[in-house]
Amino acid sequence: MTDWMTEPANWAFLVVAIPIVISAFRVVTTRNIVHAVLFLVLALAGSAALFILLSAEFVAWVLVLVYIGAVVVLFLFGIMITRAPIGYETSLDHANRLPAVLAAAATFLLTSWLSIEAFGDREISNVGSPTPTEIIGVGIIERFVIPFEAVGFILLAALIGGVTLARKDLTPAEEDEASSV
Amino acid sequence: MVNLLALVPTILATAEGEEGHAVELVSGGVFADWAGIMLVLPFLAFAGIIFYGTRMKHLGAELAIGAMAVNLAWASVLFVSNMVEGIFHEFSVEIADIGVVGDHNLVFELGFIVDGLSIMMYWLVAFVSLLVFIYAVGYMHGDVRVTWFFASLSLFAGSMLVLVGAPNMVQLIIGWEGVGLASYLLIGHYWEEKENSAAAIKAFLTNKVADVGLVIGVIVLGITLGGFRFSTLNQAAADHAEGLAGVAVAAGFLLFIGAMGKSAQFPFHIWLPDAMAGPTPVSALMHAATMVTAGIYLMARTFPLYQNLAMDARDWMIPIGVITLFAMGLLALVADDIKKVLAYSTVSQLGYMMTAVAAGGYTAGLFHLFTHAFFKALLFLAAGSVIHAVHSNNMSDMGGLKKDMPYTYWTFVIGSLSLAGVIPLAGFWSKDEILATLNHEGYVAFMWVAVLGAFVTAFYMTRAVGLTFHGSYKGDGRPHESPKIMYVPLVALAVPSVVAGVFNIPGVSLGPIGNFTDWVGARVVAMGDHHPEAIEWNLAAYGLIAAIAGIALGWLLYGRDAETQQARDSFELPGLYPLLRHKYYIDDLVLAGLVNPIKGPIARATDWINTYVIDTIVNAVGFLTAAVGRLVYGGLDQRGIDAGFNALAGSAGEAGRALRLLQTGKVQQYAGAFVIGAVLLVAGFVIFT
Amino acid sequence: MILNQFLVLASLLFALGVYGLLARRNAVAVLLSVELMLAAVNINLVAFEATLRSTFATGQIFSIFVITVAAAEVGIGLGIVLMIFRNRTSGNVDELDLMKW
Repeated sequence: MTDWMTEPANWAFLVVAIPIVISAFRVVTTRNIVHAVLFLVLALAGSAALFILLSAEFVAWVLVLVYIGAVVVLFLFGIMITRAPIGYETSLDHANRLPAVLAAAATFLLTSWLSIEAFGDREISNVGSPTPTEIIGVGIIERFVIPFEAVGFILLAALIGGVTLARKDLTPAEEDEASSV
Repeated sequence: MVNLLALVPTILATAEGEEGHAVELVSGGVFADWAGIMLVLPFLAFAGIIFYGTRMKHLGAELAIGAMAVNLAWASVLFVSNMVEGIFHEFSVEIADIGVVGDHNLVFELGFIVDGLSIMMYWLVAFVSLLVFIYAVGYMHGDVRVTWFFASLSLFAGSMLVLVGAPNMVQLIIGWEGVGLASYLLIGHYWEEKENSAAAIKAFLTNKVADVGLVIGVIVLGITLGGFRFSTLNQAAADHAEGLAGVAVAAGFLLFIGAMGKSAQFPFHIWLPDAMAGPTPVSALMHAATMVTAGIYLMARTFPLYQNLAMDARDWMIPIGVITLFAMGLLALVADDIKKVLAYSTVSQLGYMMTAVAAGGYTAGLFHLFTHAFFKALLFLAAGSVIHAVHSNNMSDMGGLKKDMPYTYWTFVIGSLSLAGVIPLAGFWSKDEILATLNHEGYVAFMWVAVLGAFVTAFYMTRAVGLTFHGSYKGDGRPHESPKIMYVPLVALAVPSVVAGVFNIPGVSLGPIGNFTDWVGARVVAMGDHHPEAIEWNLAAYGLIAAIAGIALGWLLYGRDAETQQARDSFELPGLYPLLRHKYYIDDLVLAGLVNPIKGPIARATDWINTYVIDTIVNAVGFLTAAVGRLVYGGLDQRGIDAGFNALAGSAGEAGRALRLLQTGKVQQYAGAFVIGAVLLVAGFVIFT
Repeated sequence: MILNQFLVLASLLFALGVYGLLARRNAVAVLLSVELMLAAVNINLVAFEATLRSTFATGQIFSIFVITVAAAEVGIGLGIVLMIFRNRTSGNVDELDLMKW
């Protein structure tokens, strides 16, 4: 324990991890949904910091860009359009939360116990310099080109799906008109 | 047919007053071999009448008369053949095994016998039946049940023939019961009136009580002899067989009890007067000429038993016969119903016959049976003719019918004179033979009683004639003579009533064999009775004087006219006549002592047992069965098996109903299930591997 | 740095995400929780990558993929929520129980 405390990396870890936990906790318990989104931002940011700690800079910045930059904004738009109760209102939660607590607790206990059992005190040795982006690029194209293409398809599907979902329902007359044009 | 000349010497010997021995017998050729047809024809007629009678012109009478005519022709041939030479033919077919007794195997046989006695009876039954049937066509005209009447008559005739043609005792009982049944059916012909069906039941039950004796006697004899055939019995009796000798008196008396019932001997006579409730042809045929003679016939058929072994039984039989003869005759003095007069007369004459046979007078009894059949049937039919004209049975409603009904009158007179025993009519000869027998066998006192009985007979018959036909008719209108179909049989019966005496004049032979004595004596075993060689005129004189005295007294008292019939019938013997009117209180005794106890307490007790014991048991069994059924159905089937299946099906439904609640439609709950499931799975993997 | 500290952190985040997934009533909030869970997964991937130091930085690449898919999924998810909102003017998931028995 004291050994662990001496390393500065660990201090940094703690400084980042505790806010992450707190904000994650607030995400799921706050009654204001906009606050929830903002706390998510904090959690995500914290996790980006963790990535940097683990010398995965590219991933960290991708996370900030995509997640915080796009996804969260998307969330905010969604909140606005669905007129989710902005401000404190009737609860965002179910009345009966016990099963969820139990499920969550079970999950946590299981996974943590498993990981502790499996890895014990294994150390991340020699974190070293940040991973060059080139390696990631080469890896994607050389090794994981097929998953890459698949993800591309997913994005395409998402795009088309989003457009379809979002458009107005046309009446048959308008539909004919639109198709003839 | 056998050479007659060869037989002459033997035959003449027989005709000479020896103690009779067996006549040489031949088998009688075709008519004897097939004589069983006579027994069957009336039953065929019965069946025919039952099925087709109502569609026939005379409602079935044609079949009855036809059957009887054939029988008469056949029996006449046999009778004449028997006159020429004694016929014997016996035929039996085994029907079933009864059982093994000792070292004998008892079998049930049916068949017929043709010998002198049975030939005489066949002919008599056929002759009288035919005339009565013809008469009945006229008498029963317009009756509501003519077809059934003739069917019952045919049934009776057939049963009577079965009885007299029986080669064994069991068949005799069959015929016995058959005639009893027919008697019941016919007495109760007018059953709409309660008294008539009561009379029929009385006849049947009285006979039934007596039949107990008959049946037990037959059983005893059958077991002793190892068989039921009469030939066996008579041969054993003639041979003085030891086994038979032991039971002879008892068996003989038991058979006699049976005969008492059928032949209305005191005290079983009570049914005969009441049997007059039946139509007159029935009374004429059954209760005068044929059925009631069955007892006498039985005594005659088993005569060797009484003659050789059961002499002690006669000590009872003769007094009973004499009492019947005399006491019953007295009852005819006070009867107002003309049929009752004749009924009591019949009982009295049956007493004569029974006394004769019991005293050893085989021929005497049978000859009186023979002649009595003619004139008694005649008297009944004539009475029927009167009743038909006057529409009343009572002599107090009659009178002065002599002018209007000449045929009826003269035939009735002929019958009465014959009955009284006036020479040269048939009754004289037969009654004289009885007196001779009684005298010969040493029963002199009884002979004088019989003579006195003859006086009484003549007296009451003259009374009947006087009240019915003389004086003047006190009723409305003028009665008319009966139609030809009714008075022709009367004439036909009057003839033998007059001439039949010729058949048995002692010492006078009528053919190769002899006379009536020898004809009926033509049996396998000799009867051993006394055959008088000539008529004993002193005894005959007693009888004749008694008869004439009776007629004279009767004419004196009842021949005159008077203001009313009651006035004419006003002769009274104090003390005796009231007793007679109550029929010696016998009927009251039977009613109080026998009938009422059975009807009352015993019947009620039986009914109580039936209702509360037997019915309870039966109901309980039924109830129990039903309860068990309900239990099995309800408990076992419904609740057990069905419940099992229902539960099985129900559980599937319940499971479904329970499980569908899982489908809440809420995705988060599904997700929660996923998570929990995944956790459990992983944990399971980790723990167990 | 001990590997497990990252793993436990990630599992904690995941558990919190599960809680939010099951307990939240608003559809958008549920999606937020899903994002949390995905973030936890990312942390795991990167931590393992740091431990194993594979040739092509496989963990990081997959992490990128996860981020991408998450983005796509959020887009579609919100689109669906919008559609539901149009029909029912309510964003509560516990009212979406048409598949109820």
